[in-house]
Amino acid sequence: MSNSAAEEKPSRFMLVMGKIKGLLAIILVAIIYIWSARGVGFSLIEIIGELPSFFNLLWDMVPPNWAYSIRLINPLLETFQTAIAGTILGTLLAIPLILLCASNVNRNNPLYFASKGFMNLMRTIDPMLYAAILVAGVGLGAFAGMLALMFFSMAVNAKLTSESLEAIDDGPLEAIEACGGNKLEMIKYAVAPQILPTFASYTLYVFEINIRASTVLGLVGAGGIGVNLDTSLNLFRYPNAAMVILATFVVVVLIDHLSNVLREELV
Amino acid sequence: MEIIECEGLGVTYPGGVEALKNVDLTIEDGDFVIVVGLSGAGKSTLLRTINRLVEPTTGTIKVDGRVINNLDKKELKEYRSEVGMIFQNFNLVNRSSVLRNVLAGRLREVPTWRTLLGLFPEEDVEEALSCLERVGIKEKADSRADELSGGQQQRVGIARALAQEPKILLADEPVASLDPPTSHAVMQDLKRINEEDGITTLVNLHFIDLAQEYGEKIIGLREGELVYQGPASKVTEAKFEEIYGRSITADDQLTAGGEADV
Repeated sequence: MSNSAAEEKPSRFMLVMGKIKGLLAIILVAIIYIWSARGVGFSLIEIIGELPSFFNLLWDMVPPNWAYSIRLINPLLETFQTAIAGTILGTLLAIPLILLCASNVNRNNPLYFASKGFMNLMRTIDPMLYAAILVAGVGLGAFAGMLALMFFSMAVNAKLTSESLEAIDDGPLEAIEACGGNKLEMIKYAVAPQILPTFASYTLYVFEINIRASTVLGLVGAGGIGVNLDTSLNLFRYPNAAMVILATFVVVVLIDHLSNVLREELV
Repeated sequence: MEIIECEGLGVTYPGGVEALKNVDLTIEDGDFVIVVGLSGAGKSTLLRTINRLVEPTTGTIKVDGRVINNLDKKELKEYRSEVGMIFQNFNLVNRSSVLRNVLAGRLREVPTWRTLLGLFPEEDVEEALSCLERVGIKEKADSRADELSGGQQQRVGIARALAQEPKILLADEPVASLDPPTSHAVMQDLKRINEEDGITTLVNLHFIDLAQEYGEKIIGLREGELVYQGPASKVTEAKFEEIYGRSITADDQLTAGGEADV
């Protein structure tokens, strides 16, 4: 087979090869799927067989225990305090990390790669995993939850904002340098005005994630409303569990919406 | 008296591009010099080497009798504050006010703790406002920079450089983003400032008609080499063709090609 012939037009051989490749790809995806499904014990028959007990559970949850809602006010407050404190501390810690992880601001290569590596390492850990580790370290409760969200917020915010920061207009940075300004002045006069709206928007976004994460931190003992959910389910108090889910849902939707409105104002 | 003296100046960028080759040139105090050449000839590199935004690879640069190749960090900042720079794309912070952009020119005069808190002394704010007045846009001081037209933005850039009270002004293609009437207005501003304050001014241009109209002296660069240095009056079309290494076309003239001529 000569090269020139292949360049002129796709030969019959190439067309057949293309179809075989497509078929092989479908078979490969199917094999991976079957392997995963068997691993988790997925079975359609079992799903259909379990449907009645699933509906029984739902039925047990109705009506929710409305009276229980009074006792959820404090745990809900604690949940959001956890999210707010975690977000604020994480955001403060993110600021130096953002500047270190942006190559246009931090021109020291070893420091840049070390910071980026640290940020990526911190980002691979899920907030629930942080919480589980921290509960072992500092004990049960919302403090562990707040620390978990702090580490998570720091890493995610640093990742998102530093990438936006690397895409800002470098012209003003050069202008400050040409005026004889130092690094801090460059950050204040050329970097901050360009990145602050984006940073604020990402901070609110991280806050939204944290609000959702904070509601389940209790499942690993890191405080908040999740503790009530865990207890209600373990004690088979399904009307209470339903009330927890309902209250969480309503408040999360409200805060999410509020944060979204704020974020749109920023852009 | 010479204010800038370059001897054997060469710049090789990482990657091997030789932007400047063995350039010897002298610029007299108070000169208004136009640097001409095709894009890629090294005009921008020459200007940026003079304020050390680009590091020279070989040779020396003497400014005001002092070699500036090996200044330490503090000396370099001090030196840069004596050299104002004006950019093709203005390099303003769009979201900040005009006044705040101009105050950037005062950074070296004010202690860092004050600049970081935004607490500029009254006299520095006055200085910034008077710089804006000199370029005729004092009333825009509180506007956001991106609310201004291109010509006005470049004037903010000039005011920022003036606020440094510089000995030297470097203007890197200051009119390349502007229309012909605005280009003339900005060139007239630069020329006026040079005449009134005696600030040595280097302007990169690629339009030969602007170069001849405003330049007292012309420096010609071709492929990183200095090919002309002398009075503008002696630069003929033939000389420009030698600098450009090709015949002059309508694109090399601001007012050619049927564009507005005001």
